[in-house]
Amino acid sequence: MINSIILVAATRLLTALLLLFSIFMLLRGHNLPGGGFIGGLIGATGYVLYAIAQGAEATRRALRYEPQNIAMVGLGIALAAGVFAAFFGDAFFTGQWWFAGADPSDPDDKGLPISSVLVFDIGVYLVVFGSILTLVLALEEEV
Amino acid sequence: MAKTGAEVPRVYGGPAGWISVAIPAAIFAFMLQFVAPVAAGQPVLLGLDWVPSMDIRLSVLIDGLSLTFALLISGIGMLVTLYSTKYLGTHPEYPRFVLFLMLFMVGMLGLVLADNLIALFVFWEITTISSYLLIGFSSDEAKSRRSALQALLVTGTGGLALLAGMILLGNVAGSFELSVILQQGDAIRAHPLYVPIVILFLAGAFTKSAQFPFHFWLPNAMAAPTPVSAYLHSATMVKGGVYLMARMNPALGETDLWFWALVIAGGFTTVFASILAVRQTDIKQVLAYTTLMALGALTLFIGAGTADAIKGMMTFLVVHSLYKAALFLMIGIVDHETGTRDVDTLRGLGRKMPLTFLGGAIAALSMAGIPPLVGFIGKEFLYKAGLGLDTASLWVTGCIFAASALMFVAAGISVLRPFTGKLAPTPQAPHEGPWAMWIGPLLLGAFSLGFGLFPDTIEAWLVAPGTWAVYGDYGYSVDLYLFREVNAAFLLSLATFATGAVLYAVHRPMRDRLGRLFEANPIKFDPGWDRVLDGLKALAAWQTNILQSGVLQRYIFTIFLTLAVGIGATLWARDVLNFSVDWTGDLDGLLFKHWAVLIFITSGAILTALTSSRMTAIAALGVVGIGVALIFIMFSAPDVAITQLLVETLVVVLVAVAMLKLPHLGLAKDRGRRPVHAALAGTVGVLVTLVMVAVLQGDIDRRITDYFEVASWPEAYGRNIVNVILVDFRAIDTFGEIAVVVIAALAAYALLRGTRYGAPADKEEDRT
Repeated sequence: MINSIILVAATRLLTALLLLFSIFMLLRGHNLPGGGFIGGLIGATGYVLYAIAQGAEATRRALRYEPQNIAMVGLGIALAAGVFAAFFGDAFFTGQWWFAGADPSDPDDKGLPISSVLVFDIGVYLVVFGSILTLVLALEEEV
Repeated sequence: MAKTGAEVPRVYGGPAGWISVAIPAAIFAFMLQFVAPVAAGQPVLLGLDWVPSMDIRLSVLIDGLSLTFALLISGIGMLVTLYSTKYLGTHPEYPRFVLFLMLFMVGMLGLVLADNLIALFVFWEITTISSYLLIGFSSDEAKSRRSALQALLVTGTGGLALLAGMILLGNVAGSFELSVILQQGDAIRAHPLYVPIVILFLAGAFTKSAQFPFHFWLPNAMAAPTPVSAYLHSATMVKGGVYLMARMNPALGETDLWFWALVIAGGFTTVFASILAVRQTDIKQVLAYTTLMALGALTLFIGAGTADAIKGMMTFLVVHSLYKAALFLMIGIVDHETGTRDVDTLRGLGRKMPLTFLGGAIAALSMAGIPPLVGFIGKEFLYKAGLGLDTASLWVTGCIFAASALMFVAAGISVLRPFTGKLAPTPQAPHEGPWAMWIGPLLLGAFSLGFGLFPDTIEAWLVAPGTWAVYGDYGYSVDLYLFREVNAAFLLSLATFATGAVLYAVHRPMRDRLGRLFEANPIKFDPGWDRVLDGLKALAAWQTNILQSGVLQRYIFTIFLTLAVGIGATLWARDVLNFSVDWTGDLDGLLFKHWAVLIFITSGAILTALTSSRMTAIAALGVVGIGVALIFIMFSAPDVAITQLLVETLVVVLVAVAMLKLPHLGLAKDRGRRPVHAALAGTVGVLVTLVMVAVLQGDIDRRITDYFEVASWPEAYGRNIVNVILVDFRAIDTFGEIAVVVIAALAAYALLRGTRYGAPADKEEDRT
């Protein structure tokens, strides 16, 4: 924790921006650079900044959930996304897609694609996010 | 729930107990419907595909053998769970106990019903693990933990051998379905892998069924609560090995190897165990060793392998389960109501506990082989089969004669002595147990008597179909009877009673003599086991001391030295460095920005190596990483570049935080080692560069890249190939990786927290 009023003031904005940006990177990942791994890293960077400015305890309060629980929940979501395929008789981790609002007559119109692959990527995001914060916060408190 | 300290202990004997009784009862009732078709000689085959890609089916084979076992498991299971409602109903861990017992029962039922070898193995291991949990149920006692671990390690090792044997057998037979394998006995026996298969299967079966020299874990397993002993160690679990041998008999049997391995091990175990049985003073231990005797006898007769021997084996299997479960339940009641199981203390309980005495007496008479109980029939047909053998007839008959005579003595020790004579004082005043406890021995006794008086019933329902399944011949006509004529077997029975009676008369001095004899014997299996374990632990400690110095520098030095030697040796051996590099074209293509990044990276690396400040070193290392990220950007790999940048940033933060705690770099201290480190670092750098250059000399195989480029959009609806590979094409790999990430984070967290909580208590106050 560093006592700097500039950093504290800037962090409020930066953390929110980084979080927003991380979700943006997560969602665009399937077609453009990004994805759950990168998104999780960016999101974690936001809170790492917060921890440097405000200290580990304030960061834990801001997170609301223990970071290791977030990571475990992410792992569970990723697993669920894989098992989901079983309900359709497909092999483990076969992607399941739903093209919301797509025009069935036009093969190029994918509408809003929603898929188990996206759910899996959200799981990856939470694992990376939670694991890094588990480490950083534990280290911060240790020092 | 109210959190008052002094509550009345909760009694779980109610609904939780009744459910645990209802489950085996329902299974028992369900299995009964198969008795008629199986008795008619028609095995039932059910199943569903489980892992079709690996040829693993969850298939069920119900023939005489598996049905006999299933009925024993569920029937005795029902009595044992009923018994436990009173025996352990007030125990605070009773629900846990019920859970383990049900888990065990499911494992055992699956084991005997499975038609697929792999499924059978999975259930086999479930019984191993649940029996570990049950033996170690009193987990606050060191003895019980040791016994549980011993049982787990012995049977678990055998289980691994069994798995190897099953895989070999499955490949030899071309199928993992038992119903297919059992048809191919001749082909399997002629195969060159037959001998290893038999050895591996027998390693599994002998450890599970505690055959000599793996016998030592079973008596120790008596640390379990008595209902568990009654269930696992008499009627079911230990018979898993016997079941396996009987099941595999049509496929693996009828060879010299099979015959002699089983006949020698079984015969030796049965005599050895019955001698050990009569030297015990704890009645539960007496019963434990007689179980060992029975397992030896069953192994002996499976090995003998004639139709008569299999018939005798099947009869004795049922006979033994009936009387042994009853005897264990009986000694449990005695222990529960008097507080002791010591044969020298207990006298004259018959008048105080008449119903327990009745149940125990019938079982003991059956164990001693006295007519008209079914135990007599079992013993008679073992004698007949032994006398009818062409080879080793004397050995088989002799072993079973000696064991039966000693069984007669053991029956006297465990029932006649404690229940007759003048009442002796015990730790608790003896009185009859509740009905849920004595109903088990009585019901089992009724079956022992009923089957003895009406041998046609047991013959038609259980023994005949079982014999057909084990012998592999559905034409053999099985005939059981109580008495028809005076023949050699009958005379042997009379001789058994006479010998048994004489031995019982002198069993107390004999016990002391045997005790001294065994004390003098230098070969002891149980302490030997401890020595083996100690040796293993010492070996582990020794190699850990050498390999795990705990000094980070040494770890990294070892890793990079291995890397350098490995790469260097490979490059040299494969002679890959024999190429000429054309640098001219490459160097001309370099722009100013490329040179700038190269200088950026190089200066960062040099600064890292030379600085005496940790902070500077980390920041300089970050510079190197960012330079690498820039290279990724220039050669259009944005995903990798972003990841590299973020990871680099986070690493600098993490290491910087950790470094705050460390002292200033003591460079002067290890100046002597710096040239060595520099040489190693230089070597690794040069070698990695050489590898990169060498790789670029050849053509890059683009097949995989092309496939992903083509398939990414049509098959996975994504244009970012890197991400599509990560989350779709290779999602299982990614899942494995994120699991590793979580585990690593949790492990590191635990380590960091461990030091915190290990610190003095005042640190804890700082936090709050």
